[in-house]
Amino acid sequence: MLIFYILLLFILIAAIIAVETKDLLSSVICIGAIGFGASIMFLFLRAPDIAITQIVVEVLGLIILIRATIRRDLTFISGDREFFGTVVSIVIIFTIGLAGLGLAVFQNLQDFGNPIFANVPDAASQEYISQGLAKTGAENLVASIILDFRAYDTLGETTVLFTTIIGALVILRKEGRKTLEGPDQ
Amino acid sequence: MKGMTIIVKTIAGWVKVLIFLFGIYVVLFGDITPGGGFAGGVILASSYILLMLAFGREFVEKNLPQALALKLLCCGVLAFAAIALSGLFFGADGFFWNYIYQEWLAGKDVEFIKAGIIPLAELAIGLAVAASLFLVILNLSSFRSDISVDEKE
Amino acid sequence: MLYALCFLLFMIGLYGAVVKKNMVKIVIGIMIMEYAVNLFLIMLGYRLGGKAPIVGEEDMAGAGGQVSDLFLNSSVDPLPQALVLTTIVICLGSLALMISICIRVHEKYGTFDITEIRRLKG
Repeated sequence: MLIFYILLLFILIAAIIAVETKDLLSSVICIGAIGFGASIMFLFLRAPDIAITQIVVEVLGLIILIRATIRRDLTFISGDREFFGTVVSIVIIFTIGLAGLGLAVFQNLQDFGNPIFANVPDAASQEYISQGLAKTGAENLVASIILDFRAYDTLGETTVLFTTIIGALVILRKEGRKTLEGPDQ
Repeated sequence: MKGMTIIVKTIAGWVKVLIFLFGIYVVLFGDITPGGGFAGGVILASSYILLMLAFGREFVEKNLPQALALKLLCCGVLAFAAIALSGLFFGADGFFWNYIYQEWLAGKDVEFIKAGIIPLAELAIGLAVAASLFLVILNLSSFRSDISVDEKE
Repeated sequence: MLYALCFLLFMIGLYGAVVKKNMVKIVIGIMIMEYAVNLFLIMLGYRLGGKAPIVGEEDMAGAGGQVSDLFLNSSVDPLPQALVLTTIVICLGSLALMISICIRVHEKYGTFDITEIRRLKG
């Protein structure tokens, strides 16, 4: 349990540095550190699929961010917004209110290390673990969930990824539409 | 985007093949070991991005042109939809039914297709994810190189 | 207590997305929120001293694919892991979309600062 606290503390410090520093290159590198710490934490939380996916996605995200933001004249940014007083006070009130609600919610959650399906006898995960190999023939239970028991979610995810990528390609197109020069033909 | 020195180019050429092979392994064995279609697709895309960073954008554009990558992306998504629809025709039990496992193979001991529909769907998803991420980073890098050329003048 | 730290990470991301003036800092705040949500979902399904949800040779009891009771009582929850796996790849796609919008705005206005974008009429 100690390792979880150490890793979460590392991630929190990296997040504070990423949001507060004035140098854009430092904040992009801190995002890389957050992703790396999260990947190690997934390994300790017994989720090897997620750890592999997180680390390769974080490396590609770093490449995209660095490609887009490193310029000769842009690495130092100044100050926060004007309306400094009102915006920060609204944010602090919002945060304290949400934190108060959040702590009340956390009293009612299960303890850490005691998943919900261990206490509820007819949870869905009981059937997925005990019948997964017999009904689908796949030994990796996570793969049998995303492609056989809950395949509609994967269909939705493929649609969302396809639409997002087509949207990004349209925004980055070099030639625009034809200009309205030859109008009336 | 220009390339790098000759040491980087030589090593990148060898390492790219190893990364590509590892990506194919992670996609194919997705139902036995950890991994699956999504992680394998991202690894396949990153092997081409290594080539792009080491050799420059024009070399990779000749190797795998943008039109072909768009066609591969559409083929991947269509293959996933076709696998899902074929459950209607063969199994007669509904959309996305794992008919290969339930009707034909339950209890037998074959090697690759033991889990039925799952390895075929993972191949389709891996292809779609790899093509889409390659396309996005190819277009991002081409956009930047135009701007930096203009700023020098 | 660990859940509260994860919630604090989410609040740091929210602060970055609301208060900051630079467009890339807003994108970084959104990314931190996404990491916090993924971490929280996987922490919900953890069992102390548990095993990864992959069936090995020694977990099967009998032929026919039935798993033993020991595996059923000592494995972590596979359902949140299945949901988070697709979420991480969608986060990468949305990051690419946000950065492409930032690049377009920078090309047109010459700055990443959102207060100046409101003032200059292109």
